[in-house]
Amino acid sequence: MLVLNNVEVIYDRVILVLKGMSLTVPEGSVVALLGSNGAGKTTTLKAISGLLQAENGKVTDGTIDFCGENITNMDAEKVVQRGIFQVMEGRRVFEHLTVEENLLAGSYTRKDRSNIKKDLELVCRYFPRLLDLRHRVVGYLSGGEQQMLAIGRALMAKPKLMLLDEPSLGLAPLLVAEIFKIVREINRREGTTILVVEQNANVALSIADYGYIMENGRIVLEGEVDKLRDNEDVREFYLGLTDVGKKKSYRDVKHYKRRKRWLG
Amino acid sequence: MFLQLLVTGLVVGSIYALVALGFVLIYKASDCINFAQGEFLLVGAYVALWVVTSYNVPFLPAVMLTLCLALALGVLVERMVLRPFIGEPVISVIMATIGLSSLMRGVTQLIWGTDTMIYPPVFPQEPVNLAGVVISQVYLWSLGLAILLLAVFSLFFKFTTTGIVMRAVADDQQAALSMGISVKKVFAITWAIAAMVAAVGGILLGNINGVNSSLAHLGLKVLPVAILGGLDSIPGAILGGFIIGVLENLVGGYLDPVFGGGVKEVVPFVILVLILLVRPYGLFGKEVIERV
Repeated sequence: MLVLNNVEVIYDRVILVLKGMSLTVPEGSVVALLGSNGAGKTTTLKAISGLLQAENGKVTDGTIDFCGENITNMDAEKVVQRGIFQVMEGRRVFEHLTVEENLLAGSYTRKDRSNIKKDLELVCRYFPRLLDLRHRVVGYLSGGEQQMLAIGRALMAKPKLMLLDEPSLGLAPLLVAEIFKIVREINRREGTTILVVEQNANVALSIADYGYIMENGRIVLEGEVDKLRDNEDVREFYLGLTDVGKKKSYRDVKHYKRRKRWLG
Repeated sequence: MFLQLLVTGLVVGSIYALVALGFVLIYKASDCINFAQGEFLLVGAYVALWVVTSYNVPFLPAVMLTLCLALALGVLVERMVLRPFIGEPVISVIMATIGLSSLMRGVTQLIWGTDTMIYPPVFPQEPVNLAGVVISQVYLWSLGLAILLLAVFSLFFKFTTTGIVMRAVADDQQAALSMGISVKKVFAITWAIAAMVAAVGGILLGNINGVNSSLAHLGLKVLPVAILGGLDSIPGAILGGFIIGVLENLVGGYLDPVFGGGVKEVVPFVILVLILLVRPYGLFGKEVIERV
């Protein structure tokens, strides 16, 4: 459905952030994109959704195809019309609007205005808490509620592909688990394809079908989630495990620092 | 005396509110103060006058025509002056609007000269007596029209998708962009509406006072109104307009004879300073919502 082929992104004409990034998202799947800070995960999402231009970034090489159509460097509005919706990092809800107005803003590109009422109800079924908060000003909601709203707002656009950027950011572990469960449910029931970017590898791999690991602007490892989980490097550097189920202790780290096999 | 001053104040205040609405809209959408707002007013007044006197078009169609032209002017200004500045610092945009104001004032003087021009009498001349208060019909029409427009815009922002989207862009441009909202289109609509309300304000004031280039100074006078109400609050602009209008007239009526004039012009600014001391965001300004 979505294919990135050897994509290169440069900010301000000098800063090379993505260095030949390739990635495939099959229709109906949940794909996780993992990586540490500054690996280029967010840049990858922005390259897809067209938000790069607003930050002086540009795809300078390679192609991005969506459903067979080339969307490289396309305007954000047009990308949304094609059915790709990015839930930005840090929630980015409209703070001075009410919950309902936020949801309506999400449905801006929809052509079938008559179904919007039905979809409002649908969003409230996935996130029952939003129903009670409908007329509240969003700035005063809790972080978890805002994240739910951000995902609900994306749902209002009826996207074919949803890009989630760090939905776990700043949320309590229980809430993170709940939100990821709902994301999986949306994927199953609405058939929405999902590409999720996360630092919290554990929770992302728990719902994904396929995973990519990114470092320094390119993919270093990919595979089925089960295989990734068994990979020793992933276990060590992303899941914080050594032996099965055993948490890592600082004492071991001192003795032997494992080297990443995919480097060098 | 009191009621007379009060009613005059309300009329002037309603026009202030209209013009302030233009400031607020543009500030909300793009965080920029449009210093050419007064010139939009001037152009609106001149165009309507020109259409009425030169082509003998009846007043109401002339107003409609002026509104269309104002709409086009707003979109044009957005496209030519503002769009190249997207992503640039706000201060550059503000400088651009100051330049624009000089340009527009120059062009209007070039076309229509500097003499005061008077609208042909469109509203009936004989004043109305409302429970002892005598007011001319122009004032009544102005008040009615201004209130109608203010109501229409308030509803527009609360209930239509375009209105909601405009507020969304004011809140978070990037996020709005990410959901397919065309920020450029929203800016264009904003400028068009700002130009239209200014044109209406210009026509109303032109009917009351006549038209010359000093009408543009009203733009500067209305800025305190917008700041008073909170630069980003539509209800604030409306209320601020009425407060300043009424106070100005009451002070003018009661204190000007005592001090020998001039107090009227100063009072809005004194009040502005006092209120801002207590409420730095203005009366209804958007507070920065901070989650703790």
